[in-house]
Amino acid sequence: MTFANKSNKVTGMNIDKIKREYDIFLRDEQLVYLDSCATALTPRSVITKILEYYNSYNANIARGTYKTGTRATEEYELARKSIANFIYANSSDEIVFTSGTTMSLNMIAHGLSHIITKDNNIITTAMEHHANFIPWQQVCDNAKADFRIAPLTNDGQIDVNKLLDLIDKNTKIVSLVHVSNVLGTINPVKEIIQKIRVKNPNTITVVDAAQSVAHFPISVIDLDCDFLTFSMHKLFGPTGVGVLYGKKEKLELLTPLLTGGEMIDEVTTTCTTFRELPHRLEAGTPNISGVIASREAIDYTNSFLFSEIRTHEKELLQYCLDCFEKEFGNDIKVFGPKDLKLRSGAISFTFKNYHPHDIASILDNEKRVAIRAGQHCTMPLHNEILGVNATARVSFSIYNIKEDIDKLIEGLKEVDKILI
Amino acid sequence: MDLYQEEILEHYHNPRGSGKLNNPTHKHCANNPTCGDKICTTITIKDNEIVDIKFEGEGCAISQATTSMVTEKIKGKSIDKVLAITKDDIIDMLGVEIGIGRIRCALLGIETIQKAIEFGKII
Repeated sequence: MTFANKSNKVTGMNIDKIKREYDIFLRDEQLVYLDSCATALTPRSVITKILEYYNSYNANIARGTYKTGTRATEEYELARKSIANFIYANSSDEIVFTSGTTMSLNMIAHGLSHIITKDNNIITTAMEHHANFIPWQQVCDNAKADFRIAPLTNDGQIDVNKLLDLIDKNTKIVSLVHVSNVLGTINPVKEIIQKIRVKNPNTITVVDAAQSVAHFPISVIDLDCDFLTFSMHKLFGPTGVGVLYGKKEKLELLTPLLTGGEMIDEVTTTCTTFRELPHRLEAGTPNISGVIASREAIDYTNSFLFSEIRTHEKELLQYCLDCFEKEFGNDIKVFGPKDLKLRSGAISFTFKNYHPHDIASILDNEKRVAIRAGQHCTMPLHNEILGVNATARVSFSIYNIKEDIDKLIEGLKEVDKILI
Repeated sequence: MDLYQEEILEHYHNPRGSGKLNNPTHKHCANNPTCGDKICTTITIKDNEIVDIKFEGEGCAISQATTSMVTEKIKGKSIDKVLAITKDDIIDMLGVEIGIGRIRCALLGIETIQKAIEFGKII
């Protein structure tokens, strides 16, 4: 079995070859995995790095005057540098490792809560995942500040004009999702941030990049966002590792959410001072093996061209939407923009009046097709905008092929037979 | 194991006890926030017995069908018996294995009914 040579870009995606890089496909040949928005599968090379840590240099980081501890620390910091390079951050000090996007967003919200007073407002959008909604809502509740929600257009994009209307001199924070985990909408965050800066140069901008990192090259310099968050498990890495990027002077503002070991300068019985960034925001023993293996996930992602990843994704998105139209017509309703240029990742849909849980169960029972059903952690979007109790959701990644979509269609026909 | 057996589908398409009682003595509504299943039940209890019961609901076939099956079974039973119904009783009633992902769907009905009995009395 040969692995792709990671130092050369692969031109033209050989999906068969890609699938062989995942043990899960070797062990479970029938699996048709259409839920990469929830978590991406993890290639062998990443898992190998996790095992290597535990088997060869299992030690805590930042301590240790012994070889294995030193190696663990070096690998950990190399991963930090590799993430900084991946998103074009100015410095590794601007990369904080967390347990995931949810933790990162909570850390930013908590960390900035000391600057929010009751005259202020915080803005997010109606399409946000709960992780980029509730923390801000909570901060506003506690400070008695105004929590403002930018509406969407009819085809599921942020209504940018209405968002800008919500911004005034008291707007402290605007937090936006880059790619929606339900609608698949790609929000033009760079342009939006530019417009926000014109309206209020002091507003802090936060980007939830959880669903975009695996599909588009991200440059935090280009986006000019103050903070950016994502999870490694959406990028072929392990679960339990997230990234919190912040411009240095903005990270400095954050009050640490977690305090304890590894983040202090001095502790006395009367007071404690904290360490410099980024360590100040990394209390306790982290997911060491996960962070170390994340560097391999970044290398793995870098072995593809983003243009190929995007072309492959668009082909599958188009094929899926065409099949839905051809086989089911109006019986399937897809949410989000019609224009594929504005979409990435998720296709959320309803199928007649069948409950998505039933659709997902039958697809799994009959065809081993794995899709997601429910509200995908976007209750305001589902209940108040889309007006549906739940949706079924499919999403594609580099290891998916057209035949996966064919199986999905066959499965949906079975659903129709069983539930009608 | 096939969760979508004929009996379950039959109850889903033709739920027993569908609707709302005019003058119930007890009522309760509950939902599964993760998936949007909702059940509202109205019950007439007299002399500690379920005299009549109806339910209205929205949601997956499992939640609606199970509620329909439970409704049919508990009519005429004492409230003590109904309050003693367990998760295992529901699984036995369905006669199929239910995975961890669908168990909340299967239990929504009985939980709503038990809550209606316990604290859904209409004053």
